[in-house]
Amino acid sequence: MTAAEHIATQVLEGNRLALSRVLTFIENDQPEGREALKALFPHTGKAHIVGVTGAPGTGKSSLVNRLAYFYRHPPEGDPKRVAIVAVDPSSPFTGGAILGDRIRMRDLAGDPGVFIRSMASRGALGGLARTTAGLVQALDAAGFDIVFIETVGAGQAEVDVARLAHTTLVVEAPGLGDDVQAIKAGILEIADILVVNKADRPGADATVRALTEMLKMAHPSQETIMHHGQRMVVEVGTRRADAPLWVPPVVRTIAVENEGIADLAAAIARHRAHLQETGEWQIRDRVRLQSELENLLRDTLMQRWRATVSTDLYRATLEQVFSRRLAPSDAVAQLLDHASVAPN
Amino acid sequence: MAERRIRVLIAKPGLDGHDRGAKVVARALRDAGMEVIYTGLRQTPEMIAEAALQEDVDVVGLSILSGAHMALVPRVLELLRQNGQDHVKVFVGGIIPDEDAPRLLEMGVHAVYGPGTLTDDIVKDIRQAVLGTEGE
Repeated sequence: MTAAEHIATQVLEGNRLALSRVLTFIENDQPEGREALKALFPHTGKAHIVGVTGAPGTGKSSLVNRLAYFYRHPPEGDPKRVAIVAVDPSSPFTGGAILGDRIRMRDLAGDPGVFIRSMASRGALGGLARTTAGLVQALDAAGFDIVFIETVGAGQAEVDVARLAHTTLVVEAPGLGDDVQAIKAGILEIADILVVNKADRPGADATVRALTEMLKMAHPSQETIMHHGQRMVVEVGTRRADAPLWVPPVVRTIAVENEGIADLAAAIARHRAHLQETGEWQIRDRVRLQSELENLLRDTLMQRWRATVSTDLYRATLEQVFSRRLAPSDAVAQLLDHASVAPN
Repeated sequence: MAERRIRVLIAKPGLDGHDRGAKVVARALRDAGMEVIYTGLRQTPEMIAEAALQEDVDVVGLSILSGAHMALVPRVLELLRQNGQDHVKVFVGGIIPDEDAPRLLEMGVHAVYGPGTLTDDIVKDIRQAVLGTEGE
């Protein structure tokens, strides 16, 4: 058994230190991380992955805290094991980061059924880090029933989380913009559930109204094969033709007062049931795996190409572009002609 | 493609409510390119050790102004050891009487910082302790 297989076995047995080490290996893209993920991969596919996104300050961390607490102390049924991956931005200048999401999650301290991991975005733009998907896979394999992914405070275009999650919550708060914001393309389109948090603030009714109106327009009765606003080519679709459409509900919450959390959990449960009844669960699973495979393929091809092209040629080509003698597209052709993208 | 960043947990154990110093240090470490997990006020040693475990940090920085350091610090060290995190370097900052500092170091604390410490020195010490070099 290799060291990576050994640590993967420990993760499957519930060893938290081993899990934490594996998450680091994956995050740093170390060979041990890739090996461990290989061993863990057959054990993935069980967790309900829930993305939580929205503008900074809308209360994403507080909501995740309350939701996780709710799943740990449900009014009926067994508690679920909950993992949280919380992403905060890295400085574009120094690469450093302050990861502060745990501040709002202290209710979960001391609970062995909870695992919280903070991640810096490390230059990735879509609201997640490049290796977030890998961390989620490891937590899924480790047996957590629900994995929350909290994105960086997202503006309008940070929509990567929708490709990773089964269920995406978009969190809004009153007073963040007029109703034109609600009809723009982007983040609102990826919502499976819209949350108006801080619903005791002035303007909450107007926000709920604007979002509800937006949803009526965005969900015409006619059926379209869109996945989260992206026309992704899925190799095998299993969605039933007569399956009902999901219209995202608008849920009001006041996270700090613990209000609306049961309603939100109920909406998440309804969405999960909807995904499973319509076959959408498998479609999303396939879309996610295809997208992860393509990302990995792109990174691997890039690395292989880098290994084959000489630094001198690369610099010389760049200089030709700098001096406007060569167009970027011709530069790409020149660089690819001199290198064969083959296994090294 | 491999990228390694020094990960630091900055925590305030105990009951004092003054986190200005902890925030200044957190910011300085961020500006030095480190990833700083900030957990806020009034953390118990158990909460701190648990966060250090889940976050797989290289360094734990404890900010203590309450005078309870001789009780809190050994407890954090003990819990880190129990969790198998002996490799984690522990730094203590705050109001620590001169006679207590050597005792904390003996227990296994890496360095003790009082008022007036330059953040640059803390950055250098952490890099030295984790990477074995003061440079980036």
